[in-house]
Amino acid sequence: MLIRRSGDILPSEITPPEIYRERRRFMQGMGMLAAGAALGIAPNVQAGARLAGVRSSAYALNEEKTPYKSVTRYNNFYEFGTGKGDPAENAGSLKTRPWTVTVEGEVGKPGVYDIDSLLKLAPLEERVYRMRCVEGWSMVIPWVGFPLHELIRRVAPTGNANYVEFVTLNDPGQMSGQRSRVLDWPYVEGLRLDEAMHPLTILAVGLYGEVLPNQNGAPIRLVVPWKYGFKSAKSIVRIRFVEKQPLTAWMRAAPQEYGFYSNVNPRVDHPRWSQAKERRIGEFFKRDTLMFNGYGAQVAQLYRGMDLQRYF
Amino acid sequence: MGAVLRSPKLWLFAVCLLPLARLVSLGVSGGLGANPIEFITHSTGTWTLAGLLATLSVTPLRRLTGRAELIRYRRMLGLFAFFYASLHVVTYIWLDQFFDLAGIGKDIVKRPFITAGFAAFVLLIPLAATSTHAMMRRLGRRWQQLHRLIYPVALLGVVHYLWLVKKDMTQPLILGAVLAFLLAMRLPWGLNMLHVVRGRLAPARS
Repeated sequence: MLIRRSGDILPSEITPPEIYRERRRFMQGMGMLAAGAALGIAPNVQAGARLAGVRSSAYALNEEKTPYKSVTRYNNFYEFGTGKGDPAENAGSLKTRPWTVTVEGEVGKPGVYDIDSLLKLAPLEERVYRMRCVEGWSMVIPWVGFPLHELIRRVAPTGNANYVEFVTLNDPGQMSGQRSRVLDWPYVEGLRLDEAMHPLTILAVGLYGEVLPNQNGAPIRLVVPWKYGFKSAKSIVRIRFVEKQPLTAWMRAAPQEYGFYSNVNPRVDHPRWSQAKERRIGEFFKRDTLMFNGYGAQVAQLYRGMDLQRYF
Repeated sequence: MGAVLRSPKLWLFAVCLLPLARLVSLGVSGGLGANPIEFITHSTGTWTLAGLLATLSVTPLRRLTGRAELIRYRRMLGLFAFFYASLHVVTYIWLDQFFDLAGIGKDIVKRPFITAGFAAFVLLIPLAATSTHAMMRRLGRRWQQLHRLIYPVALLGVVHYLWLVKKDMTQPLILGAVLAFLLAMRLPWGLNMLHVVRGRLAPARS
């Protein structure tokens, strides 16, 4: 039997994880700075790098945040595989620099935005939102981003712009899941213009104060907290303003199961399962799902007079 | 001791316990991921289907190899399928729904994939209950008739899986293909094929 000599390492000598993580981050930052200085590029673009100048916002929640590990290891991002752990495993191949977002369609000022200019478009703020997946689980995530309306205002939509379409990168070389035809790539999502303009709707570039990990939709993604998670398109390369309601990827894949609106609604079941309850990741008991994911006071007026059974 | 270790039944028993051992060890080490209940549900469900397919492969294997004694392992495989099915159902009733009987009832009536899965489980119960030698003797020829229920059970199990996945059908389709193959091996065409293959494998024997 092997008996280890105790007392090799005193407990006091063990570096607490927060400190070594901080240290590692610092070293990474130094490395990035050095590389950046050498190449003349902006630093701090890697997942885990601290985002500078993030303001807190009024959008906080009195609910426990889902741990970073769960937020970044339990993902639906079919571009990297259909298993929950696949995105964390496979998203390393995604290159988030250089990255541009093309804004086009019914706008007065179309253009191609570099990601680093988007990061400076408006002050970054922290938004702690509930995230409810259509599959029946939920999280509480501290996003970092800015309201989508900041971008929309600048590109001056025309009178014909009734809807906004969001398109995810389509590159099977970087996104291994796109080599399988599980969805009709590229991933397309859409919002009505007033939904897109709503102050709750943000473009997120980070979470937990850090640069967004690839598996969470880096470098820039949509977050619409009152709709099921799949509405919040990830790794966006194109934002198109259109007159007619866009055909989203999930509507194309299963029109009887996924509608355009996809508002969180405990009274409208998915054809195959109930939406009345959800399991908050990390909790044992299921909790009741809230109408509009608890954001009814802010968004219910967008749907006044609409039959939400029909427009699911 | 040596004789016990050389018993294939014991080894098979240990192998059949591996999926459970894996769940327990992952559970103890915190390796079940962000949604442990989903993980346990999926794992026990998958191993139920694997157990059913293993049970259904005994007869074709016997015909293929001519080794009649393989039948001795069939009951254990079937009972393990039932064991994992029970864990699956208990996970659903206890961990997932937490004994919300009204909710469970609604699920069974309204959700086709749960209807199929629940029906499969109910049909498995009499098979497990009549698996003893005494019951075999008592039921006589009707025992075999009763145990043909494993065909609809396996079909319902695969359908249950197929109806539940959101989009990626790969796994249920693989299981479905294996089931279709095992059932085909019981048709005249399949029996004939097994016979031909066996003849080629062991020409000297027959």
